[in-house]
Amino acid sequence: MNNSSSTSPSSTLLSFENVSMTFDDGTKALDNVSFGINASEFVTVVGPSGCGKSTLLRIASNLEANTGGTCSIDRNSIGYVFQDATLMPWRTVARNVELIAELHKLPKAERHQLAAQAIELVGLSGFEDKYPRQLSGGMRMRASLARSLVMKPKVFLFDEPFGALDEITRERLNDELLRLFQHEGFAGLFITHSITEAVYMSTKVLVMSARPGKIIAEFDVPFAYPRNHDLRYEAEFGELCGKISHALRGAHQ
Amino acid sequence: MSAVNPISSPVDEVIPDRRDKFSFADYVGPVVVFLVFIGFWYLLSTVVLPEQKRFLLPTPHTVIKEGFFVWNSGERRGLQPILMSLWDSAKVALLGLGITIVMGMSLAVLMSSSRWLERATWPYLVAVQSAPVLALTPLIRALIDGTQTQRLLVVVLIAIFPIVSNTLFGLLSADKSQHELFTLQGASKWTRLVKLQFPAALPNIFVGLRISAGLAVIGAVVGDFYFRQGGVVGIGAQIDVYRNRLWGPELITAIILASTLGLVVFLFFGWVSRRAIGKWHIINRGH
Repeated sequence: MNNSSSTSPSSTLLSFENVSMTFDDGTKALDNVSFGINASEFVTVVGPSGCGKSTLLRIASNLEANTGGTCSIDRNSIGYVFQDATLMPWRTVARNVELIAELHKLPKAERHQLAAQAIELVGLSGFEDKYPRQLSGGMRMRASLARSLVMKPKVFLFDEPFGALDEITRERLNDELLRLFQHEGFAGLFITHSITEAVYMSTKVLVMSARPGKIIAEFDVPFAYPRNHDLRYEAEFGELCGKISHALRGAHQ
Repeated sequence: MSAVNPISSPVDEVIPDRRDKFSFADYVGPVVVFLVFIGFWYLLSTVVLPEQKRFLLPTPHTVIKEGFFVWNSGERRGLQPILMSLWDSAKVALLGLGITIVMGMSLAVLMSSSRWLERATWPYLVAVQSAPVLALTPLIRALIDGTQTQRLLVVVLIAIFPIVSNTLFGLLSADKSQHELFTLQGASKWTRLVKLQFPAALPNIFVGLRISAGLAVIGAVVGDFYFRQGGVVGIGAQIDVYRNRLWGPELITAIILASTLGLVVFLFFGWVSRRAIGKWHIINRGH
């Protein structure tokens, strides 16, 4: 195992305890959801569309307030990666990556330095002065990742970040993200529709039911990091995907 | 940082820059339209108008000869007095436009920050936009002293609506997820305005600016008609004199120059707009 880092693995960085969410219009999005994520754990939630997966992230980041239960997290150390890259079209890659540091009022020199490091880390060196409209979807997502990396958050929330990308780009970014995960040792909570992506990335996969969202199955992923992309074609991998798919089919009913 | 080697370069391609380059066709179009326009003018002034009314629209070459190429023939006739009054109106238009921009954008910022205020002011802005400002001139004269201030007020009343509406629309155009990004970092309202809403609004602001700039010129000319004093008068007042005395060539010359002022201001803001946002703003023509 390569993913052991200096952080004690037992420290829970994000925990949901009996979290429920009912929206103002009466829609029940989450029902008694409980799980925790430790440092150096990468947990992925799969589930049918509209089951409240994203709501989990919105609660964790305080964009929405849960109506029941408790969600504990250090709110000052969250990285949030949106479905789309949400870059500011009027800023260059470098200035986009600086944005969060800028909002935290870091001095200019430090900001520049952190941004340059993050840009290098996501493999965007040489593209600092490009505007988002000049980048492909995958590169925009890299820039978006770099922006979140700048403040070195302890917890990363990913809201289907690669859902709109083609498969090759998606797999490449999966590898990139895993590399960052091993390197930075953050705790990750990842939302996706793709079972393969979920298994490939995670230490643990949670399956959520249709609305109201409940955790109906939990799968530990036994593969060691670093993971090789050929892992996707191994029997054991396929078997696990099959089990999750089965659980998910139950979730759709 | 160690252990991790960033991959050398992403394979994904950088999207090539497809800016509109200088093209011959861009210049042929306006020239063709100009020629058609001149031809139509000749047709009107030599064929369509009955002979006894042709003094109303002298031919283009008469206008050039008697309007543009006479410097000063007294009684405010000639190019020099026209240019003097044009300059006088231009000052009013530009100062008025400046006031309009400051007032209009401030109002839009206030409206964008409060739904209540937006609702409360919107109908009255539309009313100002459609009110016949000319009919208000006696009231303006009664309430406000000084020709200059009266003229400026007319400019503001005529030009403010596009600035307010476009700025407001732009300020409210930032994506929800972009807003959430700022919310997650605990950004203040001011930070959000300066770093998100205002830059996002720039394309719309420039659209508003270009429309308002043209309207400011109209406002200045209209203001001249009604608020004038001795000495140098604005181009509107000058046009009024020529109109009353049926001095066709001078009248047309003054009208052309007033329109040219509007065109210059319009082009200027187009240029500023390209300088300011051309690098990032995407223009989709659908082909």
